[in-house]
Amino acid sequence: MSNEGVDGGRRRFLTAATSVVGAAGAVAAVWPFLASLKPSAKALALGAPVAADIGKLEEGQQVIFVWQGLNIWVLRRSKDMIASLSQVRPRLADPNSDYSQQPEYCKNEHRSIKPEYLVMNAKCTHLGCMPELKAQHPDVSVDPDWLGGYLCPCHGSRYDLSGRVFQSQPAPLNMMVPPYRYASDTMIIIGEDPKKS
Amino acid sequence: MPITPNPYKTTGFLGWIDDRFPLTKLWKDHLSEYYAPKNFNFWYFFGSLALLVLVNQLLTGIFLTMNYKPAADAAFDSVQYIMRDVPWGWLLRYMHAAGASAFFIVVYLHMFRGILYGSHRKPRELIWIFGTLIFLCLMAEAFCGYVLPWGNMSYWGAEVIISLFGTIPYVGHALQVWIQGDFAPADATLNRLFSLHVIALPFVLVALVVLHLMALHEVGSNNPDGIEIKKKKDPATGIPLDGIPFHPYYTVKDLVGVGVFLILFSAVIFFAPTGANLVLEKPNFIPADPQVTPPEITPAWYFGVFYAMLRAVPAFLHTQIWGVLVMFGAVVILFFLPWLDRSPVKSIRYKGALFKTLVVLFALDFVLLNYLGMQPVNPTRTLIARFGTIYYYFFFLAMPWYSRLDKTKPEPERVTS
Amino acid sequence: MIRLHRLAAAALIGLAFAAPALHAQETETMPFTPHTGDLKSLQRGARDFINYCSGCHSMKYLRYNRLAQDLGIPEDLVKKNLIFTGAKIGDAIETALPSKLGTQWFGRAPPDLTLEAEARGADWIYSYLQSFYLDPSRPLGVNNPYLPNPAMPAVLGSLQGWQVLEKAAPGAEEAGLPHFKTVVPGRMTAEEFRGFVADLTNFMVYAAEPVRAERVRLGWKVLVYLVILTVLFYLLKKEFWRDVH
Repeated sequence: MSNEGVDGGRRRFLTAATSVVGAAGAVAAVWPFLASLKPSAKALALGAPVAADIGKLEEGQQVIFVWQGLNIWVLRRSKDMIASLSQVRPRLADPNSDYSQQPEYCKNEHRSIKPEYLVMNAKCTHLGCMPELKAQHPDVSVDPDWLGGYLCPCHGSRYDLSGRVFQSQPAPLNMMVPPYRYASDTMIIIGEDPKKS
Repeated sequence: MPITPNPYKTTGFLGWIDDRFPLTKLWKDHLSEYYAPKNFNFWYFFGSLALLVLVNQLLTGIFLTMNYKPAADAAFDSVQYIMRDVPWGWLLRYMHAAGASAFFIVVYLHMFRGILYGSHRKPRELIWIFGTLIFLCLMAEAFCGYVLPWGNMSYWGAEVIISLFGTIPYVGHALQVWIQGDFAPADATLNRLFSLHVIALPFVLVALVVLHLMALHEVGSNNPDGIEIKKKKDPATGIPLDGIPFHPYYTVKDLVGVGVFLILFSAVIFFAPTGANLVLEKPNFIPADPQVTPPEITPAWYFGVFYAMLRAVPAFLHTQIWGVLVMFGAVVILFFLPWLDRSPVKSIRYKGALFKTLVVLFALDFVLLNYLGMQPVNPTRTLIARFGTIYYYFFFLAMPWYSRLDKTKPEPERVTS
Repeated sequence: MIRLHRLAAAALIGLAFAAPALHAQETETMPFTPHTGDLKSLQRGARDFINYCSGCHSMKYLRYNRLAQDLGIPEDLVKKNLIFTGAKIGDAIETALPSKLGTQWFGRAPPDLTLEAEARGADWIYSYLQSFYLDPSRPLGVNNPYLPNPAMPAVLGSLQGWQVLEKAAPGAEEAGLPHFKTVVPGRMTAEEFRGFVADLTNFMVYAAEPVRAERVRLGWKVLVYLVILTVLFYLLKKEFWRDVH
């Protein structure tokens, strides 16, 4: 063994070239392993948009549909309830939902497509508990000025009737609104945006 | 309190590590200053390839385990779930299935290399014994894995293999029921084979591989000339004159082997994933059916030799244990190889025509037996398998005799290229 | 002598890659090469499977939306033309026939057919579907050389017509493909029916391994990459080994 006549340049070049090509292949080979952890076709099929019949909902009534493992509320609000939304505005943390998560078409006072129907993810933005609908008002057990809304049983976060959080609550943001569209007046598709017309 | 500085005089971060952990020492002892003979040939690729396949099996196995369900009523469906619903699941499964076959190919070639060049001879007996244990462990691991898809071949394969234990007189039946955890292969059987396949056996396998390599690096590698390179050292440096550092010389050389292997391996995975029914067998696309035995029940191809021996031995004295003993004996006999070979030289290069002829016949016999083990039985094949079995045993048992009888050539002083 | 070692190695490797016909069929099958790249054929095959087979046989590992995507059929069309069971687009192809009823009608529940092409082979399906012949001794009035005494009726009889098996002359060796004689012509010509069965077989080969086309496409890329990498490895090895004398 000797090092006579070694072409250092060629050796360095080949080492570098092989390393680069080999590393590229190694990275490509890692991809299938990591990608296999994504939701499977089965999970995607189970997470497909859900058709929800809201035709039989009474005023003030709330029902739950499950979409992608999330509990989705549909609340049919009365005139009185809708009216409360503007009254509580000054006490809200994010009244215009600027920092909260909702589709663009639900970024409004009632946080919904139609003011009457609220479609919302039943999850407190603090640590994920499911708040309760407290529609009765006044309710001094919740708040002396209560006009109806949601109360989280875990840490007491309070929300209005469109899921907007009040100021100085444990929860930072308004509850999430999922994408949905109206297939007809009584049927909504949760998980699909409205078709562009 | 000052610590003893490391002898490699490394500084900075590496120095900090080396003062506390033998990192540079490990690197030098096992790679950059591990001196391997410079005359390795084609046969010496299979050791590193076996390590590569082991890594392949472990990695793909981990990710398959995340999606597989070890239950009799869910296992088959979960395999199809992997094949269809899990993103890239099909690739992971094909890699794992073809990997099992590749493992046996490289291990058989690696072992045959040992026989050719006398790599089992003193002072490498323990390397060989650890290697044979790896082979045994691998057979158990492959069998467990074969059962997991719970297709019809899986089921009947489990039935046949576990029945081997049932052949032991007096305790056999009770033992078989105990192994199965039920009166036939069932949910409990599948569940425990899964546990063995993904936890116990891989653990043992990796430990044995470490022992195999530790023993190897203690005594140094053999080579195609079968002579000890440590006998001729450079008086100034103490480095064997015919030795070259494993890194970079054999790392770059083994990479060529890795490249060629990956090309062949990928060709199977992407263009023939069922490997002409050798990797994935047709009846295993039907769910386990305890009422219907597949028309031709043959083991996975890599067990062909042992299965042929099992079938070649007839039952007598009211028991079929003899076939089982002959089959297990064929593996056990490998452990004694280091002491069976009494030739004054190690490598086939310096052995005589007698040994060379018998080795070549042994290779052909091995291939023949493997082929017969995969074929349905008929009287002619059984007869050939009997002769094949006898020759297999003759090759080992008569070795003390013929290896001394053989006319050998003198070994060279230094390795030849 | 080294040559002999090489020979032994070649033999061992050859063994591994050899493709012996390990599972000989009892009756010779008609050769059929599946073309799963032929989307038109796959679409026809899917339609025919739904219409003629899915009444009794499920494909419980194949989802409608996977089929739509792979076969290039818009999901709306799949919903309108292929789903009759009220299934959702993400559901697998289940049969309308409950397995209990199947057992009552046919003696055993009709098997799931997702993996049939892997379990039996494309040749077998292609041959089996063309080989129902009249046999008054059977309860359903038909038999099949590829699956003697089948529990399945000759569903495609009205398309193919009805045929009888021609026995070989006494003493002559029974070999090769079975011979049939049509006694009642069907709605299709022999040519049309062969095409129909070919479509169906193609579809079943696709269903057994939906990833097939993607696998082959990716395989070429991987091989090209590995060849380049191996050439680099080889050059690198040669460069370093110039030190070794």
